[in-house]
Amino acid sequence: MVAVPASARTVLDDQDISRALTRITHEILEKNRDSAGLVILGIPTRGVHLARRIAERMSQVEGREIVAGALDVTMYRDDLRLKPARALEHTEIPDDVDGKVVVLVDDVLFSGRTIRAALDALSDIGRPRAVQLAVLIDRGHRELPIRADFVGKNLPTSLAEKVQVRLAESDSAESGERDHVTIVQSEQGESA
Amino acid sequence: MIKHLLSAGDLSKDDATRVLDTAEELLGVASRPIKKLPTLRGRTVVNLFFEDSTRTRISFEAAAKRLSADVINFSAKGSSVSKGESLKDTALTLQAMGADAVVIRHGASGAPHRLAQSRWTRGAVVNAGDGTHEHPTQALLDAFTMRRHLGDLDGKNITIVGDVLHSRVARSNALLLHTLGAHVTLVAPPTLLPVGVGAWPVETSYSLDDSLEKADAVMMLRVQAERMNAAYFPSAREYSRRYGLDVARMGRLQDHAIVMHPGPMNRGMEITADVADSDRSVIVEQVTNGVAVRMAVLYLLVGGADTDTEGDA
Repeated sequence: MVAVPASARTVLDDQDISRALTRITHEILEKNRDSAGLVILGIPTRGVHLARRIAERMSQVEGREIVAGALDVTMYRDDLRLKPARALEHTEIPDDVDGKVVVLVDDVLFSGRTIRAALDALSDIGRPRAVQLAVLIDRGHRELPIRADFVGKNLPTSLAEKVQVRLAESDSAESGERDHVTIVQSEQGESA
Repeated sequence: MIKHLLSAGDLSKDDATRVLDTAEELLGVASRPIKKLPTLRGRTVVNLFFEDSTRTRISFEAAAKRLSADVINFSAKGSSVSKGESLKDTALTLQAMGADAVVIRHGASGAPHRLAQSRWTRGAVVNAGDGTHEHPTQALLDAFTMRRHLGDLDGKNITIVGDVLHSRVARSNALLLHTLGAHVTLVAPPTLLPVGVGAWPVETSYSLDDSLEKADAVMMLRVQAERMNAAYFPSAREYSRRYGLDVARMGRLQDHAIVMHPGPMNRGMEITADVADSDRSVIVEQVTNGVAVRMAVLYLLVGGADTDTEGDA
């Protein structure tokens, strides 16, 4: 793990992330009335962790166990030919998605290309009644007509900046840090 | 990742594990309503089969199609090869058609190497069996099947029985399983062990009965009568009695041990029908897994950016 550079500025700490996820959980339930017809799918890797946290909160509110799944979009990406073949992530669909409302969860919404890939992946798995999108950060700069239904925080950024989301499940094993979101100055302006 | 898949020995442990892990994810595609991924859309995979094959060709064809590649099947029979066209001219023709991957089966050992090292085609070359040399994707699907049943192969005992001499499957399996940390024992009559087997990373034995108890998996090889131009054993019945897997021998295996066969089987020769159809036999599963493993190989070789590093194949 690289040390956080001096130019990095923390925009969300673990408390902020926790509150945002709790709010998103309630918004999802409010919009869909109840959790019965919901399937929550995270996009690997950090989207899956966030989806699990949302499912955990939803289980508490609803008083029954709700499990989040994972949807790997690697094989559907439009930039596969720009990089060497990458390893696949795990796909796990907890429930039949036909006729359900699928809530996709990702960490950062940027160009919208990952979500485009996810929508394609989803249509090969089944035919949901509706698809909604929950993201922790919306940093703008969309390249496709895609928007999120539930946003943890809107973060106006320049393309020269990088948004880094660090979560305990995937990133803190080495650094021992708490959850946080930082903005880092970068030369290429690329993000998750 | 390597550019071509010519020998199971070219795969490092990391590469082999990457193929197996990728195949694990791709196996799920077969159980989905839409068994197709758009990953290789617009890419062309040529199946170049100079030797007869059903399962390997169909398996590669299914794998390429599930990844949305365009598949061109080419078999030597009924093509210009029967009019005397050379491998080079065939390859140049395929290159002119823009093949991104060439899956080649050839009766001559080393033909895929020739194709990969020449500049005849720019596509990735996948060895689908060359002579009595290698069959790396079979070894990968065997290792994949074993891993699903036995867990990590490190330290596992795998017994490979039969016509090792003519078997490209045995050689590729020996190399790959060694890379993955398993102990391989080859069991065959002395006449059916290749010269130089001492240099392979394996143990050898002439007695099947001595090699059963410790095995975690037993792989029976087909007796390749079509490659035998001499008497390697006195009679089929004697071979079958000494080296065939029957119910009595299967009963001496450990409880968790599995029985494998790369196919096509000679029922009654190297394996009895009872064993082939028993619930320890994973022979049908091997075929299913073959498609997932070949999808993984095609994806990892041609799914990413063109690594157009000419000359250093």
